[in-house]
Amino acid sequence: MNNLRTLSVDSQVALLFVVLFGLLVLLSLVVLVRSLRASEQLLDEASQDRQHRLLRDLRAMWLGSTVFWLAWVSGPVGATLAFGVFSFLALREFITLVKTLRGDHRSLLLAFFAALPMQYLLVGTRAFDLFTVFVPVYVFLAIPVASALAGDPERFLERNAKIQWGIMVCVYGLSHAPALLLLQLPGYADRGAFLLFFLVMATAAAQLAQELASRQLRRRPLARQIDRSFSWRVWLIGLVAAAAVGAALFWITPVNPWRAAVMAAVAGGCGTLGELVMRALKKDAGVRFWGNRSSVTGAVGLLDRVAPLCFAAPVFFHFVRWYLV
Amino acid sequence: MSRADLMGLLLAFLARLITGAQGHWKGCPPKAEQRIYFANHQSHFDWVLIWAALPRELRARTRPIAARDYWTATPFRTWLTTAVFNAVYVARTRTDDQEDPLQPLAQALEGGDSLVIFPEGTRSNRGAPQAFKSGLYHLAEQFPGVQLIPAWIDNVQRVMPKGEVVPVPILCTVTFGTPIHLQHGEDKRVFLERARAAVLAARPGRA
Repeated sequence: MNNLRTLSVDSQVALLFVVLFGLLVLLSLVVLVRSLRASEQLLDEASQDRQHRLLRDLRAMWLGSTVFWLAWVSGPVGATLAFGVFSFLALREFITLVKTLRGDHRSLLLAFFAALPMQYLLVGTRAFDLFTVFVPVYVFLAIPVASALAGDPERFLERNAKIQWGIMVCVYGLSHAPALLLLQLPGYADRGAFLLFFLVMATAAAQLAQELASRQLRRRPLARQIDRSFSWRVWLIGLVAAAAVGAALFWITPVNPWRAAVMAAVAGGCGTLGELVMRALKKDAGVRFWGNRSSVTGAVGLLDRVAPLCFAAPVFFHFVRWYLV
Repeated sequence: MSRADLMGLLLAFLARLITGAQGHWKGCPPKAEQRIYFANHQSHFDWVLIWAALPRELRARTRPIAARDYWTATPFRTWLTTAVFNAVYVARTRTDDQEDPLQPLAQALEGGDSLVIFPEGTRSNRGAPQAFKSGLYHLAEQFPGVQLIPAWIDNVQRVMPKGEVVPVPILCTVTFGTPIHLQHGEDKRVFLERARAAVLAARPGRA
């Protein structure tokens, strides 16, 4: 561990990626070997379906890690662009799901082609003070104005709420991921990649633990209409798992293990609650599936994957910036 | 690679970026056979969307129909429709010399190309398509060997409502349904109604 500390920041980050991709290669090999062995027997439908889902998740992990790496090596410009594209695709999916009306056209243009690029421009230039207030203050004022000028009073509040929510989750939330990457903390310069890695690990741990726990524990669901597997106990298990992962990873953060655990628990808890909210939203939009099992809208299922991150990132960012460091 | 090819790739990329342009082959696989695709018509985007949803190998031999007076009015439009899309030109107004308006389409089909047509004849903003014009029937009668594939383009009216110029990014799908055939001795009206029902049947199910 002491050897690691003496390395330069760049080689530490490089090591992080070597470990990350090494794990992915290992995981892919395991899946490959298992699929080769399984193909000798005839598979029933359920396990085939499981295999299919596993492969898709693995592909998503590869994609996510590659984007993360590209974002890191290409510096502020690349990071901003990469996450900006993700934001764009997520917002596109979101707007497809919530039915907008004809009168929303101008507001949507504003959201896609003004608010989104501007927010990422602010991240890219590290103008963090304006970055945190730009969407809640300026964009949330501009969108209803554009809607009002379009002159359609039908379900005005509802339509605006939909667009503003989309911006909040897909643009504001997700833009905090590159913000972490570019954040310069005193005594912790150029190590933003560790923070983002920490955040992703914490949310992933919480999600995974919650998923596994919900299979084992059959509790009464808290919100049956929205998610049959969600209960407080399951959520707490996710929180604890995130905290454990956070404490284990404390050495990549600027804080001690206790604080790292708290930070990770906050991120993990927000992420899983965010996932619940997104489920509610999809149910409202009339989409009964989760994770793109059958695609009615042609939605690619990106939103499902980034939703926990969208919710966790702003809270985590705020936490890191104001309370813990 | 020529400029026209690049323009084609760029347009397909833009269509995918803005709408996803996902092709769902529900009733038939994407195959390099001679086909007539017929779809509902809601926006100027429809042709580009179908074209982008096709696999790249099929794009070169699948041609749109373009109104000659509009699409040959400027050099750029001519280049776009000729070099990039290889469109089949038709006259919108019937000329007096008794020429069959379907003649250029028949020529293209004789040459082995596939066509995309919008049998409503005009864009409609309602949910269900309007009654089909008879062109489809005559083509089906003349070319019994060509597959007729219904397609439903979903969501595109949200991308660019009438009167707007900038498209909003919203995911669209093109669903290709089961091929239909002209029955022996089938009445024109019955066939067109059946074709319209086939397009509606390709519509993705909703709760």
